[in-house]
Amino acid sequence: MTNIILEVQDLKKYFTTAKGQLHAVDGVTFQVEKGTTLGIVGESGCGKSTTGRSILKLIEPTSGKILFNGEDITHYDKRKMRPLRTEMQIIFQDPFSSLDPRQTISQIISEPLIEHNLVKGRQAIEKRTLELMDTVGLASRLVNTYPHELDGGRRQRIGIARALAVNPQLIVCDEPVSALDVSIQAQVLNLLKKLQKDLGLTYIFITHDLAVVKYFSDNIAVMYLGQMVEKSSSDDLFKSPTHPYTQALLSAIPYPIVGKDKPERKLIKGEITSPVNLPDECRFSKRCDYTVEKCLERNPALKEISPGHFVACARVE
Amino acid sequence: METTIEKTKSRSLASETWRRLKKNKGAIIGLIFLVVLVIAALASGFIYDYDTQIIGQNISQRLQRPSSEFWFGTDQVGRDIFARILYGARYSLSISAGSVLIGLITGIILGAVAGFYGGLADDIIMRIADVLYAIPNIMIAVVIVSLLGSSTINLLLALSVSAATSFARITRASVMTIRGQEYIESANAIGMPNWKIILKHVIPNCLSPIIVQVTLLIGTTIIAASSLSFLGIGVPAPAPEWGAMLSEGRDFMRSASYICIIPGLVIMATVLALNLLGDGLRDALDPKMKT
Repeated sequence: MTNIILEVQDLKKYFTTAKGQLHAVDGVTFQVEKGTTLGIVGESGCGKSTTGRSILKLIEPTSGKILFNGEDITHYDKRKMRPLRTEMQIIFQDPFSSLDPRQTISQIISEPLIEHNLVKGRQAIEKRTLELMDTVGLASRLVNTYPHELDGGRRQRIGIARALAVNPQLIVCDEPVSALDVSIQAQVLNLLKKLQKDLGLTYIFITHDLAVVKYFSDNIAVMYLGQMVEKSSSDDLFKSPTHPYTQALLSAIPYPIVGKDKPERKLIKGEITSPVNLPDECRFSKRCDYTVEKCLERNPALKEISPGHFVACARVE
Repeated sequence: METTIEKTKSRSLASETWRRLKKNKGAIIGLIFLVVLVIAALASGFIYDYDTQIIGQNISQRLQRPSSEFWFGTDQVGRDIFARILYGARYSLSISAGSVLIGLITGIILGAVAGFYGGLADDIIMRIADVLYAIPNIMIAVVIVSLLGSSTINLLLALSVSAATSFARITRASVMTIRGQEYIESANAIGMPNWKIILKHVIPNCLSPIIVQVTLLIGTTIIAASSLSFLGIGVPAPAPEWGAMLSEGRDFMRSASYICIIPGLVIMATVLALNLLGDGLRDALDPKMKT
């Protein structure tokens, strides 16, 4: 069990709003093994980004436990987190707002090096910066350009280089490709995959696009309204999706098939339920095709239906 | 590898800004005007004798129109207006620049703290700013000067209060939009302490509106300082403060309008020069305008 790099237990994050408690993340539990990728999938507002940011303590969790390499970091303050910043990093969704527009590429990439005193001396910093740019496939001539002069793919590469600068073990990728063109998505994904292989990185890959995680993840967790509804290995999930929400998400992946053989789409009706003051019933029940009385009695917990495959659905209980 | 490093050596921010500023004609004209004015103000102390030429009265040559002898004419008691304008630049420029500088520093710090942390700090700082904002600047200045006594330092403080409130407001508004940007979170993710984030990422990104405000406010402060002189709590009467010269000339508007017009034009030209320079600086400091 020493191979577990990150363990999250019953993580909760509530926001107080004028209407009541907003349950952004409501009891999420998972583990990530070193060198693997956990994909967290769900639609907008399901709490997947909040989960990612809580792990890095960019957001203070309401309750629950976060163990990083066995160390309980749940209640660490900014100062205590500081040494851990070189162990875990984040890649942001929007490469247009995640880079300071007033810094040059070299300043952005070298900032973590200088902040943590990892490399000493101007020339050494410059050398390491160029090295990092080379690692992520940025031409060294771009070193003094500003972010707005570059396209989305290159900007995202800068974000990746910045995250890599501190040699982290764990990187939270918060929808790293969803703001990019499809052609560039593939390039960035390939880069991330190559880096994982070369550097032995562990990823938590947050996305709303199942096609992306299929390519990328060892394990997948599907989130709906702040909770995990299905959690299993990637192969298992794609072979036998059990939760109706997972099934619907899977059928939303476009298939390159034309004509009668095209599989039928299972579309979800309605909108995501408001995450404020939720009643104790299955959170997907209002949009589910199979809702029975049992679903409205209480919120189902995750249950292991086959080794390593967990589902939270009243019908499998 | 060595040559690449050599080739891509970065220019410093200052030289980069200067390179871009040079291309802006208006800004350069403004800069030249201000430099000339500052040099003239400094030199006037050596050229003119304060007691005889600046405040000394000479009724025999009163109310002379501008000529080759008196470039800007003479006023109602026969003082050379040109000499007084040059000498007066010392008062007007140092008082306005000084009070705007004090206001700038305190305002940016308070505004950044209020905008970045929000909550109670924001409430306290901004409610005090609101109260000060609701009272006319001149009134605040009158109260401060009469409480602390009339001196140039107190005048500076008095004028800087209103400057600080407006800087605090502007800074807070920009900081609040910047606070939500992902690059602030990214700085947090590398464990940067808050004060460093504010200094390195927040303030540089809200400089543009502040720079414009600096140049506008120096102009307003020149006028506010002269209003205070007029009320008798600014720079005392015989001193050639521009605003004071302007208000002294009011009685002679019909017969010798140049007494008013010339200080007015000088104030206007100075404010214009500051605005041109401010516009140029804002563009030059913005990397997106890089050409």
